[in-house]
Amino acid sequence: MYNFTFHRPTTVRQAAGLLARNPDGKLLAGGHSLLPVMKQRLAQPSALVDLSLVEGMTGVELKGRSVVIGAMTRHADVANSQVLKDVMPGLAAVPGSIGDPQVRNRGTIGGSIANNDPNADYPAACLGLGATIITNKRRIAADDFFTGMFSTALEEGEIIVKVSFPVAKKAAYEKFKHPASGFALVGVFVSKRGPDIRVAVTGAGSNGVFRVKSFEEALKKRFSPKSIEGMSIPATGMNADIHASPEYRAHLVAVLARRALAKAND
Amino acid sequence: MAAVSMTVNGKAVTGDVEPRTLLVQFLRENLRLTGTHVGCDTSQCGACIVHIDGIAAKACTTLALQCEGAKITTIEGLAEPGGKLHPMQEAFREHHGLQCGYCTPGMIMSALDIVRRNGNNLDEHTIRDQLDGNICRCTGYHNIVKAIEAGAKAMAK
Repeated sequence: MYNFTFHRPTTVRQAAGLLARNPDGKLLAGGHSLLPVMKQRLAQPSALVDLSLVEGMTGVELKGRSVVIGAMTRHADVANSQVLKDVMPGLAAVPGSIGDPQVRNRGTIGGSIANNDPNADYPAACLGLGATIITNKRRIAADDFFTGMFSTALEEGEIIVKVSFPVAKKAAYEKFKHPASGFALVGVFVSKRGPDIRVAVTGAGSNGVFRVKSFEEALKKRFSPKSIEGMSIPATGMNADIHASPEYRAHLVAVLARRALAKAND
Repeated sequence: MAAVSMTVNGKAVTGDVEPRTLLVQFLRENLRLTGTHVGCDTSQCGACIVHIDGIAAKACTTLALQCEGAKITTIEGLAEPGGKLHPMQEAFREHHGLQCGYCTPGMIMSALDIVRRNGNNLDEHTIRDQLDGNICRCTGYHNIVKAIEAGAKAMAK
Protein backbone atom coordinates (compact mmCIF):
# COMPACT_ATOMS: atom_id res chain seq x y z
CA MET A 1 0.00 0.00 0.00
CA TYR A 2 1.26 3.49 -0.84
CA ASN A 3 1.23 5.87 2.06
CA PHE A 4 -1.39 8.54 2.68
CA THR A 5 -2.50 10.97 5.34
CA PHE A 6 -5.34 9.89 7.62
CA HIS A 7 -8.19 12.05 8.88
CA ARG A 8 -11.10 11.41 11.22
CA PRO A 9 -13.70 14.17 10.96
CA THR A 10 -16.73 14.18 13.25
CA THR A 11 -19.18 16.02 10.98
CA VAL A 12 -20.16 15.69 7.32
CA ARG A 13 -19.14 19.31 6.80
CA GLN A 14 -15.64 18.62 8.12
CA ALA A 15 -15.39 15.55 5.92
CA ALA A 16 -16.39 17.58 2.86
CA GLY A 17 -13.81 20.23 3.80
CA LEU A 18 -11.08 17.60 4.07
CA LEU A 19 -12.01 16.21 0.65
CA ALA A 20 -11.88 19.70 -0.83
CA ARG A 21 -8.39 20.25 0.62
CA ASN A 22 -7.21 16.81 -0.58
CA PRO A 23 -8.31 16.49 -4.20
CA ASP A 24 -6.70 13.05 -4.49
CA GLY A 25 -8.22 11.92 -1.22
CA LYS A 26 -10.86 9.29 -0.74
CA LEU A 27 -13.56 8.61 1.81
CA LEU A 28 -13.06 5.53 3.98
CA ALA A 29 -16.20 3.76 5.21
CA GLY A 30 -15.83 0.09 6.20
CA GLY A 31 -12.73 -0.21 4.06
CA HIS A 32 -13.52 -3.67 2.74
CA SER A 33 -13.41 -2.64 -0.90
CA LEU A 34 -11.02 0.31 -0.77
CA LEU A 35 -8.26 -1.16 1.43
CA PRO A 36 -7.87 -4.35 -0.68
CA VAL A 37 -7.60 -2.21 -3.82
CA MET A 38 -5.01 -0.01 -2.12
CA LYS A 39 -3.05 -3.08 -1.00
CA GLN A 40 -2.86 -4.15 -4.63
CA ARG A 41 -1.65 -0.63 -5.44
CA LEU A 42 -4.53 -0.18 -7.86
CA ALA A 43 -5.58 2.92 -5.95
CA GLN A 44 -3.28 5.54 -4.52
CA PRO A 45 -5.28 8.15 -2.59
CA SER A 46 -3.16 10.89 -1.04
CA ALA A 47 -5.48 11.06 1.94
CA LEU A 48 -8.13 8.89 3.60
CA VAL A 49 -11.05 10.60 5.29
CA ASP A 50 -12.47 8.05 7.73
CA LEU A 51 -16.21 8.57 8.24
CA SER A 52 -16.57 6.26 11.23
CA LEU A 53 -16.71 9.06 13.82
CA VAL A 54 -19.12 11.25 11.86
CA GLU A 55 -22.31 11.60 13.86
CA GLY A 56 -25.74 10.75 12.56
CA MET A 57 -24.61 8.42 9.78
CA THR A 58 -25.70 5.09 11.24
CA GLY A 59 -29.00 3.40 11.95
CA VAL A 60 -32.09 1.97 10.29
CA GLU A 61 -35.31 3.96 10.72
CA LEU A 62 -38.84 3.66 9.44
CA LYS A 63 -39.92 7.14 8.27
CA GLY A 64 -43.44 7.19 6.92
CA ARG A 65 -43.51 4.70 4.09
CA SER A 66 -39.75 4.53 3.69
CA VAL A 67 -36.87 2.81 5.41
CA VAL A 68 -33.97 5.21 5.83
CA ILE A 69 -30.53 3.71 6.39
CA GLY A 70 -27.49 5.75 7.44
CA ALA A 71 -24.61 5.43 4.97
CA MET A 72 -22.19 4.14 7.61
CA THR A 73 -24.52 1.39 8.83
CA ARG A 74 -22.71 -1.94 8.73
CA HIS A 75 -24.11 -4.82 6.69
CA ALA A 76 -24.64 -6.92 9.84
CA ASP A 77 -26.66 -4.14 11.48
CA VAL A 78 -28.93 -3.73 8.45
CA ALA A 79 -29.37 -7.49 8.09
CA ASN A 80 -30.30 -7.81 11.79
CA SER A 81 -32.49 -4.70 12.00
CA GLN A 82 -35.83 -5.72 13.48
CA VAL A 83 -37.48 -2.62 12.01
CA LEU A 84 -36.40 -3.66 8.54
CA LYS A 85 -37.15 -7.36 8.98
CA ASP A 86 -40.69 -6.43 10.05
CA VAL A 87 -41.52 -4.20 7.08
CA MET A 88 -39.33 -5.54 4.26
CA PRO A 89 -37.42 -8.77 4.94
CA GLY A 90 -36.52 -8.92 1.24
CA LEU A 91 -34.23 -5.92 1.69
CA ALA A 92 -32.72 -7.22 4.95
CA ALA A 93 -31.69 -10.35 3.07
CA VAL A 94 -29.44 -8.34 0.76
CA PRO A 95 -26.74 -7.29 3.27
CA GLY A 96 -27.21 -10.69 4.93
CA SER A 97 -25.85 -12.29 1.77
CA ILE A 98 -22.73 -10.14 1.40
CA GLY A 99 -19.27 -11.68 1.86
CA ASP A 100 -18.80 -13.48 5.17
CA PRO A 101 -19.69 -12.59 8.78
CA GLN A 102 -16.51 -10.57 9.40
CA VAL A 103 -16.95 -8.62 6.18
CA ARG A 104 -20.56 -7.90 7.18
CA ASN A 105 -19.30 -6.65 10.54
CA ARG A 106 -17.24 -3.94 8.82
CA GLY A 107 -18.67 -3.19 5.37
CA THR A 108 -21.24 -0.39 5.00
CA ILE A 109 -24.16 0.38 2.70
CA GLY A 110 -22.74 3.77 1.70
CA GLY A 111 -19.39 2.29 0.80
CA SER A 112 -20.96 -0.43 -1.29
CA ILE A 113 -23.17 1.98 -3.21
CA ALA A 114 -20.43 4.57 -3.78
CA ASN A 115 -18.07 1.89 -5.07
CA ASN A 116 -20.72 0.42 -7.41
CA ASP A 117 -18.84 -2.81 -7.98
CA PRO A 118 -20.56 -4.55 -10.92
CA ASN A 119 -20.99 -7.66 -8.75
CA ALA A 120 -22.11 -5.92 -5.54
CA ASP A 121 -25.50 -6.68 -4.01
CA TYR A 122 -26.72 -3.31 -2.71
CA PRO A 123 -26.88 -1.61 -6.14
CA ALA A 124 -29.47 -4.23 -7.20
CA ALA A 125 -31.55 -3.47 -4.09
CA CYS A 126 -31.35 0.29 -4.68
CA LEU A 127 -32.35 0.03 -8.33
CA GLY A 128 -34.81 -2.77 -7.64
CA LEU A 129 -36.70 -0.66 -5.10
CA GLY A 130 -36.27 2.78 -6.65
CA ALA A 131 -34.28 4.02 -3.66
CA THR A 132 -33.16 7.61 -3.19
CA ILE A 133 -29.51 8.26 -2.40
CA ILE A 134 -29.23 11.25 -0.12
CA THR A 135 -25.92 13.11 -0.18
CA ASN A 136 -24.61 16.21 1.57
CA LYS A 137 -25.71 18.14 -1.54
CA ARG A 138 -28.85 16.59 -3.02
CA ARG A 139 -31.16 13.60 -3.44
CA ILE A 140 -30.42 11.27 -6.34
CA ALA A 141 -32.83 8.64 -7.66
CA ALA A 142 -31.25 5.20 -7.99
CA ASP A 143 -32.22 5.22 -11.68
CA ASP A 144 -29.86 8.18 -12.17
CA PHE A 145 -27.20 7.17 -9.65
CA PHE A 146 -25.55 4.06 -11.07
CA THR A 147 -23.89 5.21 -14.27
CA GLY A 148 -21.69 2.22 -15.14
CA MET A 149 -19.11 -0.16 -13.78
CA PHE A 150 -17.51 1.41 -10.66
CA SER A 151 -19.05 4.72 -11.63
CA THR A 152 -21.84 6.78 -10.09
CA ALA A 153 -23.45 10.20 -10.38
CA LEU A 154 -21.51 11.36 -7.29
CA GLU A 155 -19.57 14.55 -7.91
CA GLU A 156 -16.23 15.57 -6.43
CA GLY A 157 -16.61 16.16 -2.73
CA GLU A 158 -20.08 14.66 -2.58
CA ILE A 159 -20.76 12.34 0.38
CA ILE A 160 -23.56 9.79 0.68
CA VAL A 161 -25.27 10.43 4.02
CA LYS A 162 -28.33 8.15 3.86
CA VAL A 163 -30.25 5.90 1.55
CA SER A 164 -34.05 5.93 1.57
CA PHE A 165 -35.91 2.83 0.38
CA PRO A 166 -39.66 2.98 -0.25
CA VAL A 167 -41.37 0.09 1.51
CA ALA A 168 -42.61 -2.33 -1.15
CA LYS A 169 -45.32 -4.80 -0.32
CA LYS A 170 -43.49 -7.47 -2.27
CA ALA A 171 -39.71 -7.54 -2.50
CA ALA A 172 -37.10 -10.27 -2.72
CA TYR A 173 -33.51 -10.89 -3.72
CA GLU A 174 -32.07 -14.02 -5.24
CA LYS A 175 -28.37 -14.41 -5.73
CA PHE A 176 -26.07 -16.94 -7.31
CA LYS A 177 -23.21 -16.47 -4.88
CA HIS A 178 -19.66 -16.93 -6.08
CA PRO A 179 -18.38 -19.52 -3.61
CA ALA A 180 -14.96 -17.93 -3.13
CA SER A 181 -15.60 -14.19 -3.20
CA GLY A 182 -19.16 -14.12 -1.89
CA PHE A 183 -20.02 -11.62 -4.61
CA ALA A 184 -23.03 -12.14 -6.87
CA LEU A 185 -22.17 -14.02 -10.03
CA VAL A 186 -25.68 -12.82 -10.81
CA GLY A 187 -28.19 -11.29 -8.40
CA VAL A 188 -31.77 -10.25 -9.11
CA PHE A 189 -33.92 -7.98 -6.95
CA VAL A 190 -37.64 -7.79 -7.69
CA SER A 191 -40.28 -5.58 -6.13
CA LYS A 192 -43.87 -4.50 -6.48
CA ARG A 193 -45.16 -1.31 -4.94
CA GLY A 194 -48.59 -0.49 -6.27
CA PRO A 195 -48.19 -0.21 -10.06
CA ASP A 196 -44.41 0.21 -9.80
CA ILE A 197 -42.74 -3.08 -10.73
CA ARG A 198 -38.99 -3.42 -10.80
CA VAL A 199 -36.53 -6.14 -11.77
CA ALA A 200 -32.90 -5.14 -11.19
CA VAL A 201 -29.87 -7.25 -12.00
CA THR A 202 -26.34 -7.13 -10.62
CA GLY A 203 -23.29 -9.21 -11.52
CA ALA A 204 -24.38 -9.86 -15.08
CA GLY A 205 -24.16 -6.63 -17.06
CA SER A 206 -20.83 -5.41 -18.38
CA ASN A 207 -22.00 -1.90 -17.58
CA GLY A 208 -23.03 -2.63 -13.99
CA VAL A 209 -26.50 -2.92 -12.48
CA PHE A 210 -29.50 -2.67 -14.85
CA ARG A 211 -33.28 -3.14 -15.03
CA VAL A 212 -34.98 -5.75 -17.19
CA LYS A 213 -37.80 -3.77 -18.78
CA SER A 214 -39.16 -6.73 -20.75
CA PHE A 215 -39.69 -8.69 -17.52
CA GLU A 216 -41.18 -5.66 -15.77
CA GLU A 217 -43.64 -5.19 -18.61
CA ALA A 218 -44.67 -8.84 -18.55
CA LEU A 219 -45.14 -8.73 -14.77
CA LYS A 220 -47.66 -5.87 -14.98
CA LYS A 221 -50.44 -8.32 -15.66
CA ARG A 222 -49.54 -10.58 -12.81
CA PHE A 223 -46.55 -10.39 -10.45
CA SER A 224 -45.71 -14.07 -10.64
CA PRO A 225 -42.92 -16.33 -11.96
CA LYS A 226 -45.47 -17.67 -14.48
CA SER A 227 -45.68 -14.27 -16.20
CA ILE A 228 -42.03 -14.53 -17.33
CA GLU A 229 -42.01 -18.28 -17.92
CA GLY A 230 -40.01 -19.02 -21.06
CA MET A 231 -38.73 -15.45 -21.36
CA SER A 232 -35.02 -14.74 -21.60
CA ILE A 233 -32.69 -11.82 -22.09
CA PRO A 234 -30.02 -11.58 -24.80
CA ALA A 235 -26.42 -12.42 -23.92
CA THR A 236 -25.13 -9.25 -25.57
CA GLY A 237 -23.85 -6.84 -22.96
CA MET A 238 -23.37 -9.58 -20.35
CA ASN A 239 -20.07 -10.00 -18.56
CA ALA A 240 -17.63 -12.67 -19.64
CA ASP A 241 -14.87 -13.92 -17.35
CA ILE A 242 -13.38 -17.19 -16.12
CA HIS A 243 -16.37 -17.72 -13.85
CA ALA A 244 -19.20 -17.57 -16.39
CA SER A 245 -19.94 -16.88 -20.04
CA PRO A 246 -22.36 -14.16 -21.19
CA GLU A 247 -24.88 -16.86 -22.20
CA TYR A 248 -24.74 -18.47 -18.76
CA ARG A 249 -25.18 -15.14 -17.02
CA ALA A 250 -28.15 -14.27 -19.25
CA HIS A 251 -29.67 -17.65 -18.41
CA LEU A 252 -29.15 -17.07 -14.68
CA VAL A 253 -30.92 -13.70 -14.87
CA ALA A 254 -34.16 -15.39 -15.95
CA VAL A 255 -33.82 -18.27 -13.50
CA LEU A 256 -33.06 -16.02 -10.53
CA ALA A 257 -35.80 -13.57 -11.50
CA ARG A 258 -38.35 -16.39 -11.37
CA ARG A 259 -36.99 -17.57 -8.01
CA ALA A 260 -37.05 -14.05 -6.62
CA LEU A 261 -40.65 -13.61 -7.77
CA ALA A 262 -41.64 -16.85 -6.07
CA LYS A 263 -39.92 -15.70 -2.88
CA ALA A 264 -41.56 -12.26 -3.03
CA ASN A 265 -44.99 -13.90 -3.28
CA ASP A 266 -44.31 -16.26 -0.39
CA MET B 1 3.93 8.92 11.33
CA ALA B 2 0.85 9.14 13.47
CA ALA B 3 0.23 8.33 17.11
CA VAL B 4 -2.28 5.62 17.87
CA SER B 5 -3.63 4.35 21.15
CA MET B 6 -5.98 1.51 21.90
CA THR B 7 -6.67 -1.14 24.50
CA VAL B 8 -5.38 -4.58 23.56
CA ASN B 9 -6.36 -7.54 25.73
CA GLY B 10 -7.17 -5.16 28.56
CA LYS B 11 -3.90 -3.21 28.43
CA ALA B 12 -3.61 0.35 27.17
CA VAL B 13 -1.08 0.50 24.33
CA THR B 14 0.25 3.29 22.18
CA GLY B 15 2.37 3.38 19.07
CA ASP B 16 3.75 5.62 16.40
CA VAL B 17 2.78 4.20 13.02
CA GLU B 18 2.59 5.06 9.34
CA PRO B 19 -1.07 5.61 8.41
CA ARG B 20 -0.89 2.62 6.06
CA THR B 21 -0.08 0.26 8.95
CA LEU B 22 -2.67 -2.50 9.14
CA LEU B 23 -4.08 -3.53 12.49
CA VAL B 24 -2.54 -6.99 12.05
CA GLN B 25 0.88 -5.44 11.45
CA PHE B 26 0.53 -3.24 14.50
CA LEU B 27 -0.40 -6.23 16.65
CA ARG B 28 2.33 -8.50 15.32
CA GLU B 29 5.20 -6.13 14.68
CA ASN B 30 4.74 -3.34 17.20
CA LEU B 31 3.18 -5.28 20.05
CA ARG B 32 4.78 -8.64 19.21
CA LEU B 33 1.41 -10.37 19.59
CA THR B 34 2.10 -12.95 16.90
CA GLY B 35 -0.87 -15.18 17.65
CA THR B 36 -2.91 -13.24 15.09
CA HIS B 37 -1.78 -14.59 11.73
CA VAL B 38 -1.63 -13.33 8.18
CA GLY B 39 -2.78 -16.01 5.77
CA CYS B 40 -4.14 -14.69 2.49
CA ASP B 41 -3.81 -10.96 3.21
CA THR B 42 -6.94 -10.47 1.07
CA SER B 43 -9.70 -10.72 3.74
CA GLN B 44 -10.74 -14.23 2.72
CA CYS B 45 -8.98 -16.77 4.97
CA GLY B 46 -9.77 -15.42 8.45
CA ALA B 47 -6.37 -16.23 10.05
CA CYS B 48 -6.18 -12.57 11.14
CA ILE B 49 -9.54 -12.34 12.90
CA VAL B 50 -9.59 -10.32 16.12
CA HIS B 51 -12.39 -8.62 18.02
CA ILE B 52 -12.76 -4.86 17.65
CA ASP B 53 -15.01 -3.55 20.42
CA GLY B 54 -16.32 -7.09 20.87
CA ILE B 55 -17.08 -7.76 17.20
CA ALA B 56 -15.04 -10.05 14.94
CA ALA B 57 -13.17 -8.38 12.11
CA LYS B 58 -10.33 -9.15 9.74
CA ALA B 59 -7.25 -7.33 11.00
CA CYS B 60 -5.60 -7.52 7.55
CA THR B 61 -8.32 -5.28 6.15
CA THR B 62 -8.40 -2.74 8.96
CA LEU B 63 -5.96 0.10 9.52
CA ALA B 64 -4.44 0.48 12.97
CA LEU B 65 -5.57 4.12 12.90
CA GLN B 66 -9.19 3.05 12.40
CA CYS B 67 -8.91 1.41 15.83
CA GLU B 68 -7.90 4.55 17.71
CA GLY B 69 -9.61 4.31 21.09
CA ALA B 70 -10.99 0.83 20.40
CA LYS B 71 -10.85 -2.25 22.59
CA ILE B 72 -9.11 -5.09 20.75
CA THR B 73 -9.10 -8.73 21.83
CA THR B 74 -6.67 -11.17 20.24
CA ILE B 75 -6.13 -14.88 20.78
CA GLU B 76 -3.57 -13.99 23.47
CA GLY B 77 -6.32 -12.31 25.48
CA LEU B 78 -8.51 -15.37 25.95
CA ALA B 79 -6.74 -17.63 28.45
CA GLU B 80 -6.77 -16.78 32.14
CA PRO B 81 -3.62 -15.16 33.54
CA GLY B 82 -2.56 -18.46 35.14
CA GLY B 83 -2.66 -20.15 31.73
CA LYS B 84 -6.02 -21.90 32.06
CA LEU B 85 -7.46 -22.07 28.56
CA HIS B 86 -10.70 -20.38 27.54
CA PRO B 87 -13.48 -22.98 27.14
CA MET B 88 -13.38 -22.52 23.35
CA GLN B 89 -9.61 -23.06 23.26
CA GLU B 90 -10.01 -26.09 25.51
CA ALA B 91 -12.67 -27.50 23.17
CA PHE B 92 -10.33 -27.14 20.17
CA ARG B 93 -7.67 -29.04 22.17
CA GLU B 94 -10.09 -31.69 23.35
CA HIS B 95 -11.65 -32.30 19.91
CA HIS B 96 -8.39 -31.91 18.02
CA GLY B 97 -9.83 -29.03 15.99
CA LEU B 98 -6.53 -28.33 14.29
CA GLN B 99 -3.63 -29.89 12.48
CA CYS B 100 -0.98 -27.35 11.52
CA GLY B 101 -2.60 -24.71 13.72
CA TYR B 102 -2.14 -21.78 11.38
CA CYS B 103 -5.85 -21.00 11.06
CA THR B 104 -6.64 -21.82 14.69
CA PRO B 105 -6.43 -18.37 16.31
CA GLY B 106 -8.77 -16.98 13.64
CA MET B 107 -11.07 -19.99 13.95
CA ILE B 108 -11.36 -19.49 17.71
CA MET B 109 -11.94 -15.73 17.47
CA SER B 110 -14.55 -16.41 14.79
CA ALA B 111 -16.13 -19.16 16.91
CA LEU B 112 -16.59 -16.73 19.80
CA ASP B 113 -18.34 -14.32 17.44
CA ILE B 114 -20.62 -17.14 16.27
CA VAL B 115 -21.58 -17.67 19.92
CA ARG B 116 -22.14 -13.93 20.36
CA ARG B 117 -24.47 -13.88 17.36
CA ASN B 118 -26.24 -17.22 17.77
CA GLY B 119 -26.04 -18.25 21.42
CA ASN B 120 -24.58 -21.35 23.06
CA ASN B 121 -26.69 -24.04 21.42
CA LEU B 122 -25.30 -24.31 17.93
CA ASP B 123 -26.13 -26.92 15.33
CA GLU B 124 -23.70 -28.17 12.73
CA HIS B 125 -25.40 -26.35 9.87
CA THR B 126 -25.20 -22.97 11.62
CA ILE B 127 -21.54 -23.47 12.49
CA ARG B 128 -20.55 -24.50 8.95
CA ASP B 129 -22.54 -21.65 7.45
CA GLN B 130 -21.10 -19.07 9.83
CA LEU B 131 -17.51 -20.28 9.30
CA ASP B 132 -17.79 -18.88 5.78
CA GLY B 133 -14.99 -16.40 6.47
CA ASN B 134 -12.41 -18.87 7.77
CA ILE B 135 -10.35 -21.24 5.67
CA CYS B 136 -8.56 -24.33 6.99
CA ARG B 137 -6.44 -26.32 4.54
CA CYS B 138 -5.73 -29.31 6.84
CA THR B 139 -8.64 -30.60 8.82
CA GLY B 140 -11.56 -30.71 6.44
CA TYR B 141 -13.33 -28.67 9.17
CA HIS B 142 -14.95 -31.69 10.78
CA ASN B 143 -13.24 -31.46 14.16
CA ILE B 144 -13.38 -27.67 14.09
CA VAL B 145 -17.17 -27.86 13.84
CA LYS B 146 -17.31 -30.37 16.71
CA ALA B 147 -14.99 -28.20 18.80
CA ILE B 148 -17.10 -25.08 18.28
CA GLU B 149 -20.31 -26.89 19.19
CA ALA B 150 -18.72 -28.22 22.39
CA GLY B 151 -16.93 -24.96 23.19
CA ALA B 152 -20.13 -22.97 22.85
CA LYS B 153 -21.90 -25.28 25.28
CA ALA B 154 -18.98 -25.15 27.73
CA MET B 155 -19.06 -21.34 27.69
CA ALA B 156 -22.62 -21.40 29.05
CA LYS B 157 -21.53 -23.25 32.20
